[in-house]
Amino acid sequence: MDLLGLYNYWIVILLMMMGFYVVIASGHLVKKLIGLNLFQASVFILYISMGTVDGGAAPILRSGVGVFSNPLPHVLILTAIVVGVATTALGLALVVRIKEAYGSVEEEDIHRQDDSL
Amino acid sequence: MIREHLPVLQVVLSLVAAPLCLLLTRAVWAWLLAFIVSVAALLISIVLLREVYTGEVISYAIGGWAAPWGIEYRVDAVNAFILIIVTAISVVALMFAKTSVAQEVAGDKQGLFYTAWLLCLTGLLGIAVTGDAFNLFVFLEISSLSSYVLIGLGQDRRALTASFQYLVMGTIGATFILIGIGLLYMVTGTLNMMDLAARLAVLGDSRTVQTALAFLTVGIGLKLALFPLHLWLPNAYTYAPSAVTVFMAATATKVAVYMLLRFLFQVFDASFTFGAMPLGGFLAVLAAVGILSTSTVSIFQDNVKRMLAYSSVAQVGYMVLGISLVSSAGLTAALLHLFNHALMKGTLFLALGCVAYRLGSVRLGAIAGLGQRMPWTMAAFLVGALSLIGIPLTAGFVSKWYLILAAVERGWWPLVVVIVAGSLLAIIYVWRVVEMAYLRPPPEKLSVTEAPLSLLLPTWLLAGANVYFGIDTQFSVGMARQAAALLIGSSG
Amino acid sequence: MKDNVVLRVVTKIIVPVILVFSLYVQFHGDYGPGGGFQAGVIFAAGFILYALVFGVEAIDRVFSAATLRIMTALGLLLFAGVGFWSLIGGERYLDYDALAQEPLVGQHLGIFLVELGVGITVAAVMITVFVAFAGRTPD
Repeated sequence: MDLLGLYNYWIVILLMMMGFYVVIASGHLVKKLIGLNLFQASVFILYISMGTVDGGAAPILRSGVGVFSNPLPHVLILTAIVVGVATTALGLALVVRIKEAYGSVEEEDIHRQDDSL
Repeated sequence: MIREHLPVLQVVLSLVAAPLCLLLTRAVWAWLLAFIVSVAALLISIVLLREVYTGEVISYAIGGWAAPWGIEYRVDAVNAFILIIVTAISVVALMFAKTSVAQEVAGDKQGLFYTAWLLCLTGLLGIAVTGDAFNLFVFLEISSLSSYVLIGLGQDRRALTASFQYLVMGTIGATFILIGIGLLYMVTGTLNMMDLAARLAVLGDSRTVQTALAFLTVGIGLKLALFPLHLWLPNAYTYAPSAVTVFMAATATKVAVYMLLRFLFQVFDASFTFGAMPLGGFLAVLAAVGILSTSTVSIFQDNVKRMLAYSSVAQVGYMVLGISLVSSAGLTAALLHLFNHALMKGTLFLALGCVAYRLGSVRLGAIAGLGQRMPWTMAAFLVGALSLIGIPLTAGFVSKWYLILAAVERGWWPLVVVIVAGSLLAIIYVWRVVEMAYLRPPPEKLSVTEAPLSLLLPTWLLAGANVYFGIDTQFSVGMARQAAALLIGSSG
Repeated sequence: MKDNVVLRVVTKIIVPVILVFSLYVQFHGDYGPGGGFQAGVIFAAGFILYALVFGVEAIDRVFSAATLRIMTALGLLLFAGVGFWSLIGGERYLDYDALAQEPLVGQHLGIFLVELGVGITVAAVMITVFVAFAGRTPD
């Protein structure tokens, strides 16, 4: 089996695990959000690379081109990107308010202040 | 003429009301709009339910694009049942919210609060109505994002960290669902759930399909707060504003259960999910461990709201247990418990909301002697608690009974033991509250009075429903049975 | 950054170009790549660049908090309103055929209005997000 031929999946898996690792391992709330973004970006790439058609041109109608890439995954992922932007904005807004309430954005500091979490 | 458009109006009414709510400057108007829209949504869902009660399926093509290509809204017995739960709880919780939110949320944020509420309602209704897998993801994120906002508006600063925790875990869950849907699209080239089911049946098993199932199950499991993926739930429920806790506890996990049912039984075939893949035993074990461990954890909680939050995870376990039996009886029990749990947890959290309104605290120590000072509130709590345990003549008994019958039918006796043990554990943690409220004398200087009527009315409305659906089971059992037959039948 | 003359001059030259480009992406979106979301983001980016150089208060002169709130709601209402318009026209929700006598004209009009709604909301939300972060004073 041609492992390198499926390189787009390797990129997806690598990015996904990097993002996931940061979310779990980092105690810094902003870094967690960055990890989350990386995690989501890997899925965007999964979708976009899925739409490729061998020898297909960009999906814009013009004369002389018969084979197009599948534009549907791109459209879907545009929606997912919007969702990602909203999630990041909301997450950062929460971080700002957490910083104001606790004076810290380190998970350990916050837990120490509220031992119940 | 308007009748044929009801599936889309179900979702769009609250979607349009949300920006209108944003424009209203006075909190009262925003509340009124949200309330009117919720009532309208409830009426629509009642009409839809009556139409599909005969076994009919309503299909609606958005934008006039026919089913496999366009987005299809599809209402059948399963989601009509979910729709009615979500809209009814939204109406009751909003009745409660007017007084409660006025106290718990800052005045200038109340308009935004109701905007987020309406968006959350839109998302939950959308998940239920849509027949398109990607559309489901979009609605899921609409409901999730707005629920993070609603939870973050709690008074305690821990609401912020709880919301953040939920945001991280919820986003991972939703992204998993997105991956699952993407893999399915990769194999089949379609996003319509019915079309997916038909094509998957032809294509059969492959590693991609297996991976898709795994991602979808874990992703939905996160949203569902299935043990051990429930870690976000206790904090989120505990620190959210009272009305939000009621709304979330009674609807959000229910809609997640619906998603699980849709994917496991309709998109994938039950013979694949539970035959070729060992998901049945897997879910049963997780559910059983979840029921026992989280019920035990709730015994040791000092905060009553948190105790009930852990109990919610256990109750989700009962529903998943019903699903894992993969029989018509098991699904009936799961759906029935879904309905009844919305009623009982709704009642309990509403009663706690009344307590929080008067006392400002729901710690176990604070409610000593409340049975004398707030008799109506605590009586409603008692009704909900009895239902939670599963005492005959309450709704909780009916669903536990059906669950035990279903387990016996399959001959899974250990599960019967788990269900009974879970109920016994529920008696213990509920008893701690009852003892504190009724058998301890109130502190001398405590001068609380009964909660205002605007809070008691919705509380007793749900408490009454607990008793009513414990006695007259025709609607709930009939509906659950029909939905179960549809799910089992579709994967025959 | 107001003191840096290069930034000031370049910003003043580049912002109008950004805004015009966003309008191109918006209104040419049904013939080529583009659409409401991209256009809204580019439009907001123009204002955000200006605010980065000249201060957040600069945005307030064009878009006050109330204006942004109205724009956010307006875009979404425009989108949903097109849906209701097609309902009144006797078609399915968001079926643009109902918007005009000729289906082709209807489709064109429908996508134009819907994308405009998306563009307005996205631009307003993006600017709101920026102002909310950059102009926040702890309360």
